[in-house]
Amino acid sequence: MGKIRILLIESSPIVAQGLQALIQSGGRMEVVAVAHSLERIQERLVLNNPDVVILNPLLLDYSKRLIFRSLFQDKPNMPILALVYSYFDKQWLGSFDGVIEIEDDRFHLEKKIEEVVSAANGRNDNLEVYELSDREREVLIELAKGLMNKEIAAKLHISIHTVVTHRKNIVRKTGIKSAAGLAVYALLNNLLEERDLETVYGG
Amino acid sequence: MYFTKNMKLADVLLANHSLVLMLQRFNIPLGFGEKTVAEVCAQHKVDCAFFLLICNVYTHDDYLPTEAELDATDMSGLVNYLVESHQYYLVERIPHIERHLNRIADACKQEHKTILLRFFNDYKTEVYHHFSYEEETVFPYIQGLHHGLKDSKYCINQFEENHSNIEDKLGDLTNIIIKYLPGDIMPKERVSLMFDIFQLSNDLNKHSLIEEKILIPYVESLEKKL
Repeated sequence: MGKIRILLIESSPIVAQGLQALIQSGGRMEVVAVAHSLERIQERLVLNNPDVVILNPLLLDYSKRLIFRSLFQDKPNMPILALVYSYFDKQWLGSFDGVIEIEDDRFHLEKKIEEVVSAANGRNDNLEVYELSDREREVLIELAKGLMNKEIAAKLHISIHTVVTHRKNIVRKTGIKSAAGLAVYALLNNLLEERDLETVYGG
Repeated sequence: MYFTKNMKLADVLLANHSLVLMLQRFNIPLGFGEKTVAEVCAQHKVDCAFFLLICNVYTHDDYLPTEAELDATDMSGLVNYLVESHQYYLVERIPHIERHLNRIADACKQEHKTILLRFFNDYKTEVYHHFSYEEETVFPYIQGLHHGLKDSKYCINQFEENHSNIEDKLGDLTNIIIKYLPGDIMPKERVSLMFDIFQLSNDLNKHSLIEEKILIPYVESLEKKL
């Protein structure tokens, strides 16, 4: 397993750089970016792709403190640790995945970070399979023909939600995202013949 | 380390050779000796802060200019820069890739040839529409804002919402060529096609980053001022 990637959001350079040095001295974790505010945080999450966020709760807008997770809505499973060196309501701090205190030494710091990261991984870990399943192949054929999720669901007697899941797996396994690309795939793999695609391209 | 105006331009290029494409778009020729970024920019009448902004977004994935930085930069060259990039893709890169692909398709079974070429044609049309929407709708709107005119029917949020992704199909094509086209078909030609696709898709990625990290926030701030 690679290093744990951390996004640190802290306004004080002294604290941020101190914490970064401490975290990285163990060699198992890396602070991939330090942000001094929550400005454009959603873009940061995509750019830096961290495994865990460490955030000073002081940077949250007071009126929005109870709904701070909405800032991270694109990554709902992202573990968020509060970095605390002033007084906060205990109950509110409970809504974070964990709390790092200014007195923590490296040992406790690493332990807390590893705990929240492995808990988050437990939520979406599963064994990797690369070959398409029979059902995925069926869905792929319909996608290649240009059918919409709704139409595929009706045709194969499955729910739209299931179609979406199959679709995600198809993209993950083949690396192909567009219907036109899937049509090429289907043809090259003899899942379809050219005349089956006439409807897609209007003959 | 981010690029700064006192670095030698040659060092900037050696740090990221893809930036040689930037120079073309700014009409800066090679052969600038030991001159710094600031000196070369001044010589060719390119705004240095703007040039650095583009180079940094292009090179450093984690680089995100702050509002203050964007505010302090002269962005009048931005639209021209983007149009120059579009020209490069449409006139040089995509036809080049198409020629490669044609040769490979010629070596395929007829039905495979048809679908490959149709796929690429669709892609070309998509790119063409994407760029012409920007050039006919978005850019004139921005030029208007420069002159203090606000088109009440349009705002940059619409662009953000409609900003279609033209990288997906290139990714699809790469996957098809690597994994699914039979291995005996023109192996050498395929390798060089792949390098061309990687280069184009990398460049297009950076192009979207420039639109997302610079163009959109910049136009939003222009809109606020009017």
